[in-house]
Amino acid sequence: MAFEAPKIDYTGKIKEITLGTGNKAVKVGGSTSYPFYLFEGQMPNPPRIAMEVFDFAPDDWAEAAVEPFKDVIGDPVAWAKKNIQEYGAEMIALQLRSIDPNGLNRSANEAAATAKRVIDAVDVPVILWGVANHEKDTEVLRLIAESCEGKNLALGPVEEEDYKQIGASAIAYKHTVIASSPIDINLAKQLNILLDNLGVPGNKIIVDPTTGALGYGLEYTYSVMERDRMAALTQEDEKLQYPLICNVGYEVWKTKEAKMKTGDDIKFGDSKKRGIIMECVTAMSLLLAGADILIMRHPESIKLIRKMITDLAS
Amino acid sequence: MGLSGIEIYKLLPQTNCGDCGVPTCLAFAMKLAAGQTELAKCPQVSEESKQKLDIASAPPILPVTVGKFKTGGETVLFRHEKSFVNPTGIAVLVTDKMSDAEADKRITNFRELRYERVGLVLKADLIAVKSESGDAGAFEKLVGKAKDAAGGDGGLILMADTAELLAAGLKAAADQKPLLYAATKSNAEAVAALAKENKCPVAVKGENLDEVIELTQKLTGMGLKEIVIDSGSRKLRKVFEDQVILRRAAIKKAFRPLGFPTITFPCEMSNDLMEETLIASTLIAKYGGIVVLSDLEGHSLFPLVVQRMNIFTDPQRPMATEQGIYPINNPDDNSPVLITTNFSLTYFIVSGEIEGSRIPTWLLVLDTEGLSVLTAWAAGKFAADAIGPFVKKSDIVGKIKHRSLIIPGYAASISGELEEELPDWKITIGPREAAHIPAFLKQYKAS
Ligand code: SF4
Repeated sequence: MAFEAPKIDYTGKIKEITLGTGNKAVKVGGSTSYPFYLFEGQMPNPPRIAMEVFDFAPDDWAEAAVEPFKDVIGDPVAWAKKNIQEYGAEMIALQLRSIDPNGLNRSANEAAATAKRVIDAVDVPVILWGVANHEKDTEVLRLIAESCEGKNLALGPVEEEDYKQIGASAIAYKHTVIASSPIDINLAKQLNILLDNLGVPGNKIIVDPTTGALGYGLEYTYSVMERDRMAALTQEDEKLQYPLICNVGYEVWKTKEAKMKTGDDIKFGDSKKRGIIMECVTAMSLLLAGADILIMRHPESIKLIRKMITDLAS
Repeated sequence: MGLSGIEIYKLLPQTNCGDCGVPTCLAFAMKLAAGQTELAKCPQVSEESKQKLDIASAPPILPVTVGKFKTGGETVLFRHEKSFVNPTGIAVLVTDKMSDAEADKRITNFRELRYERVGLVLKADLIAVKSESGDAGAFEKLVGKAKDAAGGDGGLILMADTAELLAAGLKAAADQKPLLYAATKSNAEAVAALAKENKCPVAVKGENLDEVIELTQKLTGMGLKEIVIDSGSRKLRKVFEDQVILRRAAIKKAFRPLGFPTITFPCEMSNDLMEETLIASTLIAKYGGIVVLSDLEGHSLFPLVVQRMNIFTDPQRPMATEQGIYPINNPDDNSPVLITTNFSLTYFIVSGEIEGSRIPTWLLVLDTEGLSVLTAWAAGKFAADAIGPFVKKSDIVGKIKHRSLIIPGYAASISGELEEELPDWKITIGPREAAHIPAFLKQYKAS
């Protein structure tokens, strides 16, 4: 008698969300099973990678992370174009780090103008990621939303404290919001409900569970995402059926171990490869937990993860 | 697993003799089902019932021991349900076709690449020695070479096509109870007999799950219990699918023929160590019992062992660092003193930022039962009456000339009370976010 594999009856489905517009728009979500469980469900849109661009020249990056961009760092427009032309980026994630009040503290106007130049220069979808300072994020994201009306940008992180303002800008100017909650399934659900009540359409929400890097809380993010997908797919929890996004590159490359130089400690091997593998192992883990969009930094990491997605899905 | 009280009752003598210390067999059965007593307490139970109950109460995925390494014993599908039991074993491959230098490098790296983190030693676990040439003498010699490195706190896997070759390898290391790889359709009897004779765990390799089931049934029929499964495929999608199905069949359906840990071979699935590492990370997250890699490098092993630690930690319990004084960047008696909580993540991030700043600093870590600053402060565990006595009792005063203490910005509100607790000290409020510590330290002068 042939063995019959036990299958799960999924009752839910992740919503399909489109970012950007036109023929370069990217559709994510739509899964009807746990990530890559293709023997019992579909993943009509395999996970996608957004490539990171900083809106100023960062001065504390690991050498390996600077190297691929050294000719464009400090010029976000050229950087975004290089990501697309040279590294095949399907989406750009513009990290608005310049507005950090504890850092450069650029004005909202200045940062929004830079962002607009980037958005106008590319035809792929753009994700805008603030610094989780509610006042600053609200101001900048409103300006960008307004000046780029109808581009269907993804605006985040949108948190409980600023969802009304950023949500309203997204509704008014037809963008998507990234609903961000601190590694907690109940808070994630609550924020989605609040956004829904505010009038953000169901096909304009992506969820950020808050990303912990390898060795720095990865397991918390991993489990909250697994629980999230379980509730969405097997318990028909409609308020959790949104695609998930993870800000991987930023979190991994700021860790001590990703920045250690070759030779600092011989047991940690080659600095560049270590950083890339750390970024990839974090990405891989989160893909298996349910990530639909990964924001990543190093071109080689991205290449490897694309290959893994293909291998898992074919 | 999972017999009900009534089902157990049916297997008991039903005499209500009371020898077990419980008045009736039914009451005893109920306690047993709830895990509150053990079968050995009933002296009257028949041998036959005992065997049935033993099998029924074994974990759905049987535990397997390879030398000092343990695998299997898992009881859940998702780590948020209950912590996973035995972390995926990381193995490195050496073959008798490798040059001595190549094999030696792998064995040395196996021994030396160890990382300490939150009091745990993270490392590879197994050396897989493979006979590729078919030369029994060469195989035995290589096993002998790998044996000492693997023996200490790990284990050995012997890989060969025939029972004869495996027997040759065993000559060098039978005392270490290596895993014999593999019993296949063509050699199952001989390999199983060898495993039985030497009391070794044995791997089965089938072309697919149906063949695996046939093989495990054959081996358990011969009395073997310590079995590891290779489901055959070397394509990532299929291997991944097999892992999920195996684990699910064992745990959800109590399907015994697949209730064993697995062995997987990223080393045979890619020619690139970085890609191999990612395949291994997939199988660490999703149910691989052992992953065999073609090589170990610091930059590939370190991320993998950290991921494994992350996946296999107890999801209920926050991880904690030991309370104490941590010198960072060689501090002296003028260096600033910071205090934080003992949530591992907090400690890692704070110490990482201080290290990155290159400023010599003393970091005090207070035991807050593994809570982060904000939660510990809210729970009253990062409070003046805990910090005061800790600072006084610690020997930090003997290490510094000044009396200045920097507390996390999130705990700013305790500074007044802390000044009362520590009257000789100047309390400074530091940044809220660890990321701002370097900038803070750069303009800070202890006084
Ligand atoms: S000792 Fe055994 S037979 Fe006697 S009452 Fe207890 S369970 Fe029943």
